[in-house]
Amino acid sequence: MDRHSRVAVATSLALFAAAAGAHTEAGQSAGFLTGLMHPVSGLDHVLAMVAVGMWGAQLGAPAIWLLPVTFPLVMALGGLLGLLGIPLPGVEIGIAASAILLGAAVMTDRRLPLVAAALLVGAFAIFHGHAHGTELPEGQSGLLYSLGFVVATGCLHAIGIAIGAIHRWPAGRVALRIAGGGVGLAGLLFLWRAVV
Amino acid sequence: MVESGLGPYYDGMLHVVLSAQDLLPILGLAVIAGLGGKPHARLAILLLPLAWLIAGFIGTQVARPLPAFIAWLPLVLVGGCLAFDSRPPRGVLALFVVAMGAWLGYGNGAALRVAGADMRAVIGSAGTVLVATTLLAAGAVALQAGWRRIAWRVAGSWIAAAGVLLLGWTLR
Repeated sequence: MDRHSRVAVATSLALFAAAAGAHTEAGQSAGFLTGLMHPVSGLDHVLAMVAVGMWGAQLGAPAIWLLPVTFPLVMALGGLLGLLGIPLPGVEIGIAASAILLGAAVMTDRRLPLVAAALLVGAFAIFHGHAHGTELPEGQSGLLYSLGFVVATGCLHAIGIAIGAIHRWPAGRVALRIAGGGVGLAGLLFLWRAVV
Repeated sequence: MVESGLGPYYDGMLHVVLSAQDLLPILGLAVIAGLGGKPHARLAILLLPLAWLIAGFIGTQVARPLPAFIAWLPLVLVGGCLAFDSRPPRGVLALFVVAMGAWLGYGNGAALRVAGADMRAVIGSAGTVLVATTLLAAGAVALQAGWRRIAWRVAGSWIAAAGVLLLGWTLR
């Protein structure tokens, strides 16, 4: 590290020299953690979000980066509807359908035009966002909860993209398609549970 | 306002760190500037804390916090610009940075005044803004090739999404 870098780091540390007091505002840290855990507490959310990443990896550029950039924004619109109490019919069915169709897309290595893929994923994002928005626990910080589940969703996409990277190898392409089939089958189970 | 127990300067520093709706737009502005290159980054490092400090002083004098129902707007504007990889000319960036810095700084100053703090807390908060802007802008200047730029854009979409949801929370 050169002299200028050491000076910069020392200056930064000097401004933060004091230990921060414990945060006492009620609900804030709990709100972020609750939001962070929400997408991973439901297998339907987890599988669908990972499948988005896997499909993006299969589709390649620009889908592989366009989906993670736009998905949170569209999901937030769904969350906005949920927060405002605007009902969205068949949310659980929509979430189950997202797992079925995304799993099927990965299994068949379906290459839709970018616009079609984006519209399909966007529609599912509305359902997922609505579910998160309606399930905000009382007494939690709305902004931090929102940030938590957006971050968790993004991380699930990243995991899906990382898994999807195996498609560059022949055996990896087969494994990925099998994984997609698994996601689709799980989606059928979620649909059955939502309907019955 | 959380008290650090170390005096008003550090209380002000802590206030920004623990206020996500203030901190996130600051971080986003720094990254937007950094992605524009070193001249843009230097501009933001100079103007953002200065605008924050001056507006914060005005806020402590007026002591009228901004309406809560517009708190979501900086998040959506800054996050959206970052998500869509906007590359404004230096003049436009300067105006945007000053406007956002003044908006957030005024709100921060007014909130600190209502909580019983004085100008020392505002100076502390400006110190946090200076450090955060410097670090993030420098990071964005250094790390923007290839997938790194995409990662910054994803972070921007997260900020904008949080802003949209804050709107819903405000209207709820």
